Amino acid sequence: MFYIIALISGLLFGFGMVLSGMIDPQLVTAFLDVTGAWQPDLAFVMGGALLVFMPMYFLFVKSKEKPISADNFMLSALIQIDKPLMIGAALFGLGWGLAGICPGPAVASLALGNSDVWVFFVAMLAGNYFFNFKLFTRK
Amino acid sequence: MWQSLTDFPLASLFGGMLLGISASLLLLFNGKIAGISGIISGVLPRTATSSSTSKSTSHDRTWRWLFLFGMVAGGLFAAELLVGELLSGTWSADLDWQNSVPTEFSSSTLALIIAGLLVGAGTKLGNGCTSGHGICGIGRLSMRSLVATITFMLVAAVTVYFRLHVFA
Repeated sequence: MFYIIALISGLLFGFGMVLSGMIDPQLVTAFLDVTGAWQPDLAFVMGGALLVFMPMYFLFVKSKEKPISADNFMLSALIQIDKPLMIGAALFGLGWGLAGICPGPAVASLALGNSDVWVFFVAMLAGNYFFNFKLFTRK
Repeated sequence: MWQSLTDFPLASLFGGMLLGISASLLLLFNGKIAGISGIISGVLPRTATSSSTSKSTSHDRTWRWLFLFGMVAGGLFAAELLVGELLSGTWSADLDWQNSVPTEFSSSTLALIIAGLLVGAGTKLGNGCTSGHGICGIGRLSMRSLVATITFMLVAAVTVYFRLHVFA
């Protein structure tokens, strides 16, 4: 069951990414271009996701001691708003604004015959991997 | 903005709701957060400074690979079903409510590489991206995720401002 849920969740996530338009850097750029020809469409992606996820979490997940097919909830124990969080989010924002693509849409686009996605994706893996031991470490 | 009611971004809303359903299932059944940068991180080879708390087991890696495989397949399926002409390999959005599926990006290869490095490093340091912080974190009313989301949205908007209106 655990593995089937992982696969089904992945399928839905990839489908949702393509359907929503998040995989189109032009639409992402237009969404972020708040001082120009702003196109608010993509606000509905996060909006739609929260519309479903938030009630699900507060109605069904929060009161549970453990998930249905696993031993425990793997939720972040971090609560402090610290420098790594802020610097990390800023670096991510810089990259997202530069290319108009973020990790979810990149993965969902890997089989769509777009070689530019692979350039971004491989660079993203490299950034993630080398960042581990080259630049900073979190205490 | 939208010229008429038919311009309302239904596809974005429905797509977003699918993301919400996916994240709900993964958390309710498996106890996992549908944060894509985090899920990818967990299948990369371990490095010396990786946090020792997230010990990688084959069980842990298997669900991550299944999720990622599902994402790639789901993306392909959506593109075929919604905008593709089956087997011809062309993606075109003919219906007016559909979003298009780009076959290439307008950014230069260098820009894509720099952006990828920044996204990879930033999501690692900041523990999440649009999905992990923006959906799952905010959905749980995590103040950390709210602050992270506002930060990366702001920085991304400023970056786009410079890209389109200053250096264009």
